[in-house]
Amino acid sequence: MHPILSRMRNLGLYLLAWIPIAGMLIHSMTGSGGLTWREAIVLTVPLCLVYAFDCLAAWYPCQATPIEKSSFARLILTHLTAAVLLAVLWSAMARGLAIELERHAGFVGLDERVQKHLSLFWATGVLLYILSVTFHYVLLAEQAAREAQERALEARLLARDAELKALRAQVNPHFLFNCLHSISALTSSDPGRAREMCILLADFLRTTLRLGSRETITLEEELALVRGYLGIEKVRFGTRVQMEEQVEKDITNVHLPPLLLQPLVENAIRHGIANLPEGGVIRLTAQKGSDAVSIVVENSFDPDAPSKLKTGLGLDNIRQRLNARYGNDASLAVRTDGNRFIVKLRLPAETNGVHG
Amino acid sequence: MSGAAEKKIRTVIVDDEELARQMLREFLSQHNEIEIVAECANGFEAVKAVTELKPDLLFLDIQMPKLDGFEVLELIGTEMAIVFVTAYDEYALRAFEIHAVDYLLKPFGAERFGTALQRVKQRLGGKLPPATELSSSARPPAQYAERIVVRDGTRVHIIPAAKLEYAQAQDDYVGLNAEGKTHLKQQTISSLESVLDPNQFVRIHRSYIVNLEKVTKIEPYSKDDHVVVLANGTQLPVSRSGYTRLQGLLEQKTKVRRA
Repeated sequence: MHPILSRMRNLGLYLLAWIPIAGMLIHSMTGSGGLTWREAIVLTVPLCLVYAFDCLAAWYPCQATPIEKSSFARLILTHLTAAVLLAVLWSAMARGLAIELERHAGFVGLDERVQKHLSLFWATGVLLYILSVTFHYVLLAEQAAREAQERALEARLLARDAELKALRAQVNPHFLFNCLHSISALTSSDPGRAREMCILLADFLRTTLRLGSRETITLEEELALVRGYLGIEKVRFGTRVQMEEQVEKDITNVHLPPLLLQPLVENAIRHGIANLPEGGVIRLTAQKGSDAVSIVVENSFDPDAPSKLKTGLGLDNIRQRLNARYGNDASLAVRTDGNRFIVKLRLPAETNGVHG
Repeated sequence: MSGAAEKKIRTVIVDDEELARQMLREFLSQHNEIEIVAECANGFEAVKAVTELKPDLLFLDIQMPKLDGFEVLELIGTEMAIVFVTAYDEYALRAFEIHAVDYLLKPFGAERFGTALQRVKQRLGGKLPPATELSSSARPPAQYAERIVVRDGTRVHIIPAAKLEYAQAQDDYVGLNAEGKTHLKQQTISSLESVLDPNQFVRIHRSYIVNLEKVTKIEPYSKDDHVVVLANGTQLPVSRSGYTRLQGLLEQKTKVRRA
């Protein structure tokens, strides 16, 4: 669509810009130019109106010869040819109109006087058309920029969508159902605790959403999320769930992708502690090496546990995300040692969120 | 009303979460005809309680420590009315295949619970078809038993399938031989065969299933018959059709290995 013809407002502004042009033409033909004001106006106004629309046609050759993809010779040739052609046509129209007007009273000898000015129409015509070409290239560039911006926005929306989908996969629906069941049980026996659990759950979900939308978060933020999660599970499992944290103080500001540890702790409960009637301990250790951080989540589990649920999914997701961000600089290792299940995470120590 | 004279429905609650048990207790307390005779926090306790108390009704969680809900049923049968209580909806089909009376999805309300109890009463009053013997079809296809659970009185043994050397039919029972011990389980050898991985376990004889991994050699015994010899020296008879099956599986394995 033509950006000016397609909108009345733009067309109005464009035609307004032609008033001074017409004024200049009229001015140069009157006085010493030999034309009366009346003659100059009657001649120029319709000519300018026609040429205003002629110049809009520059849009099509401009589109066909994109400025960044066409050779300089081709640009010059295309637009100059068009400019000369249109300008010649325009000056011919000026002459034609003068001859036509001569037949009416009050325009006697107009043709002869106009002929002196034909070179003016010709030169102005070329100039105006070239101006119009420049103007249309600006419009095209603006349109391209707007499209690029829209695409970028769309890409951001898609990425956000993907994040939310990933998040849905992360927040296990059965965890939610069991939580709601616990809350439902508490409403009659201990309304205060029911309310407390609602708030814990809301905080956890909100934090998950907030952190999940960011590229990296600090270890401290992730640990806070883990603690929030454990707070909820403790309502369900009571003393069966215990957590020991050994995190070196100076690494709590290390940056890492969000939701790496919480799923690991959730796995430790679902596939480990939940299968132990007496419960068990989850030990989370985080240490800093020379240039890497190692985080270990260790839990007791029952090697003979009944029907194992899918364990791989969460770990695969974490592995993919680590790989996408760090390539070979990060790793996730899983091993069992008797009745201990150990997940070791190693990733570069970034403190400013910029991967060096 | 004859409410007081009526026989109470003796009920056992099985769930590993205290709050979930509390919820069932609360809902059940609204019904005078219910008497809770036991509460269990895991599968072992459930098997023990059901074996000793012979309840009329069992509320059973599925995801539990030690034994899951289905394994509990495998050990205690489905003579009583079973209501599954779980947050997982993916087991519903399997639950109804073994004629569970109802399947309550957590969280549920008093009304839904009341409907389940209505169904229980219909079942106990004989208006719903009685639970039949646990069928092997309850297990989803292509998923073979990773372990076999055996009840010995109120005790439960768990035998990982990989450790089972061979099984021998003994009337209504099968003898399961693993790590030098024999456990008797009330099950037909055919139904056991159907839950074991056919790439690892072969019915070599009308009365024997052997774990291929434990076989060290196959020897001719008489003109038509063979025996397999296990690592510990045990010899098992192989029938003619059993020998064909055994050879077929061995060939298939060799092919896979070569490829």
